[in-house]
Amino acid sequence: MHVSRRSFIRGGVSAFTVTLAAPEFLCDLALAQGARSRNLVVLYLAGGNDSLNTVVSYRDPFYYSRRPTIAVPPAQVLQIGTDTAGNAVGLHPRLTGLRDIFNQGRLAIIQRSGYANSSRSHFQGADIWGTADPSSPSNMGWLGRYLETLPRDPLTAFTTTRDLPRALMSRQISVPAIPDARTYSFASPNTGDEAVNERAAATRIASHVPVERPQLAFVNASARAALDTLDRVATFANYTGTLAYPNNGLALALRTVAGSIVRGLGTRVYWVQTGGFDTHAGQGVNGGGAYATLMSTFNDSVIAFYNDLRNQGLIGDTMILQFSEFSRRISENGSNGTDHGAAGIMMAIGGGVRGGIYGSAPSLDPNPANPTLENSGGDVRYETDFRSVYARVLEDWFGTSAIPILAGDFKGGAPAIV
Amino acid sequence: MGRGQPQTAHLLRRGGFGAGASELKAFDRYAPQAVTEYLLNFERQPDDVDSKIQQSAYVSVTTRGGQFQPNLNIDDARQRWLFRMVHSARPLQEKMALFWHNHFATAYSKLAGIVPGVQATKMLALVEGELPGPQGQLELFRQMGLGSFRDLLVEVARDPAMLVWLDGRVNFRTRPQENFGREVMELFTFGLGNYVEQDVYAAARAFTGWNLRLEGGDPQQPTAYYAFLYNASQHETSAKTFSFPIYADGGKTIAARSAADGMQDGLDFLTALARHPETARRLARKLWNFFVSDVNAPDDEFIETAARIYLQYDTQIKPVIAYILQSSVFLDPANWYTRYSWPAEFVVRAIKEVGWNGFSVDTARAAMINMGQTLFEPPDVAGWSLGQEWFSSGTMLARMNFAATLAANQRVNLGRDAAVASSSPDDFVSYFIDRLTASEFDAAPYGYLQTYVASGGAWTGSPAQLQSKAAGLTRLMVGSSEYQFI
Repeated sequence: MHVSRRSFIRGGVSAFTVTLAAPEFLCDLALAQGARSRNLVVLYLAGGNDSLNTVVSYRDPFYYSRRPTIAVPPAQVLQIGTDTAGNAVGLHPRLTGLRDIFNQGRLAIIQRSGYANSSRSHFQGADIWGTADPSSPSNMGWLGRYLETLPRDPLTAFTTTRDLPRALMSRQISVPAIPDARTYSFASPNTGDEAVNERAAATRIASHVPVERPQLAFVNASARAALDTLDRVATFANYTGTLAYPNNGLALALRTVAGSIVRGLGTRVYWVQTGGFDTHAGQGVNGGGAYATLMSTFNDSVIAFYNDLRNQGLIGDTMILQFSEFSRRISENGSNGTDHGAAGIMMAIGGGVRGGIYGSAPSLDPNPANPTLENSGGDVRYETDFRSVYARVLEDWFGTSAIPILAGDFKGGAPAIV
Repeated sequence: MGRGQPQTAHLLRRGGFGAGASELKAFDRYAPQAVTEYLLNFERQPDDVDSKIQQSAYVSVTTRGGQFQPNLNIDDARQRWLFRMVHSARPLQEKMALFWHNHFATAYSKLAGIVPGVQATKMLALVEGELPGPQGQLELFRQMGLGSFRDLLVEVARDPAMLVWLDGRVNFRTRPQENFGREVMELFTFGLGNYVEQDVYAAARAFTGWNLRLEGGDPQQPTAYYAFLYNASQHETSAKTFSFPIYADGGKTIAARSAADGMQDGLDFLTALARHPETARRLARKLWNFFVSDVNAPDDEFIETAARIYLQYDTQIKPVIAYILQSSVFLDPANWYTRYSWPAEFVVRAIKEVGWNGFSVDTARAAMINMGQTLFEPPDVAGWSLGQEWFSSGTMLARMNFAATLAANQRVNLGRDAAVASSSPDDFVSYFIDRLTASEFDAAPYGYLQTYVASGGAWTGSPAQLQSKAAGLTRLMVGSSEYQFI
């Protein structure tokens, strides 16, 4: 279930108050930092990605014996080499664009990433990845905490989803949600001066801070976050890119992000996501079917985004960080699907990424003593703490100290992806 | 007086979807207690709201190709439900249906990826008797929403939409399918922390063979339908042991049964879940957030009392709701306007208060997408993220822009109605403060509303000025934070 977020506004209103009451946002500073600032694009695969079929251990006989119908046949796997433990791994056959990026040395795959006692709940799992705090996943988000360290700017981050993901929640900053930049505009029942007066009134009303009613202050902050970003969002609302993006939600979200990067508005963190990964049934046999469609969406969108930015000399400023709330059980169920499991893969993609295969693939031998598995050989055990990857991104990509943001030092053993 | 008696207005916002001026006036001669009884005993009111669709006195629906097919087209099903929310004489029935829709959150898009769209719509929204087949999931919520939770849970477990949504249709004997078995514990009943991974395996086995059958031939045809099938040959018959009691005597094991009798496994399990004290508390917390406040935290006494009533009445919901609506915490003005409105509640209340003559609920349906709530399309099985999570810059902008659309549509009526208050900008603002039941505006934003009305030239009270100011002011008020709470 959802961990309650009601505590968000308690104690949060004063911080919002300060933000709202600030006479001006530091837009000029952000713009000055603009075009060449590094940014992070979080790509969340919602539903629990079956990472064993994303990165395939195609020489592990147990992969085939435990997945007799849904396994990707060896001949279809896009081979990318072996990991440090000597396991041969390859990509799902639809990930041709990712293989190209891998071959350019700009795709890092972190195998068996996760945390101890992995939650098999979508919602608790997503909150743990969002807060970077498995023990108390109802707090603010790790990226929200990072954003608090930056100069205030209403467009310092945005999500392309309608809801604000937990990772971007902050007590001080109301991160805009821009699901469709083209409709992100102010409508009025009137025209001309009347509409101008109305927008001015709406802005004044939303700027009021009702200290006795923090819930109103919170909603006002959302309204202000909209009103303060409308005009800048309009500058990239009609961005089309240097190439044709596929016509799916993920690609269109990434195109919006690319537009924002190209316009150089100084946004540091973006959130995009795509769903459908809760593949309990009918995920497809022999590398095809529903899971292959998910992989195509993922691959085709990412490669379009990557090439679009590369064409404009901007891919060096961008890092995509991909993860999911958990991976799936090793053995397929009776309906060509897989149920909720544990550790999975993360990926980092970008012009500044040190590509390669990090960590080791699990042995899928169901022997309960197999140290790479847990739950009596049912699920994959984590090897790399996901927070160490976050720490690497914060320290070596953003150049900030990860310890206060993650409330601990997780950099030990962090894969050197930057 | 648009607002009516404050307690009555509060009851109607929480137990229903608010009320327009004429509705409130009709309630004015009743004591609030009578309004509570009116809401609760809704079976005494006629169940004829659907017959009013496409009649001129009511909000419009938009037809496609000249047809309105709410049993077969999901957007029309959405329109029908919004129409019911606006006009039903049984507002609590629709309110509870919305609560259960969120609780047993089932999304059309997955269904329509597996069965034809007409079947997916029937599974969710069919009114029994209008076409062959079992009633849709929404009708379960409408018919059983105040009844026994245990019975509702069983019907939901056998509901074709749920059997597709959580893959029970393919839960077979040899390698069980865990989706429903997990979520029925995590989300539909007692929640995380009350079960372990072995329970997920056992629950999945208990529901093996709870599948679907197709009747009536080609599923593309509206007359064909899917129905529940207990498929004995796919039931896994061995004993299932849980970490919590299944039976009143404390027994944790469902004994091995013959395949023919095996459906009882799932019934025993669901009954145990429904009667579990933590299910009672979890439902009590959700009902607090739904009816009392999602700003103020529940007090323990409320939760324990509501949970006790639920168990005392063998999982009946109506006594729990009756307790809530008459509780001191519900009636306490400190808890009024402390519920973040859901998009459905926001658009319906706005339509009721602003007006609907010449307005289609389809406009509201489309606008709700960017507010983050498409009916029959919750984001996942946990339902929508409630409370303040309804609000981001994008969703708030969508609410503001819906206010603009509705105000523009109703500008002539609004200007005409407000002629009674045309003597000064301040009177004009007072009229709309009374008509649109936002929570209180502090002095500063109240002043901004007055400044807006007085802006742009001398106040003449001409019809043209009244229309543009009425529309602009309505847009500002319905699009304000103060209006987003019920």
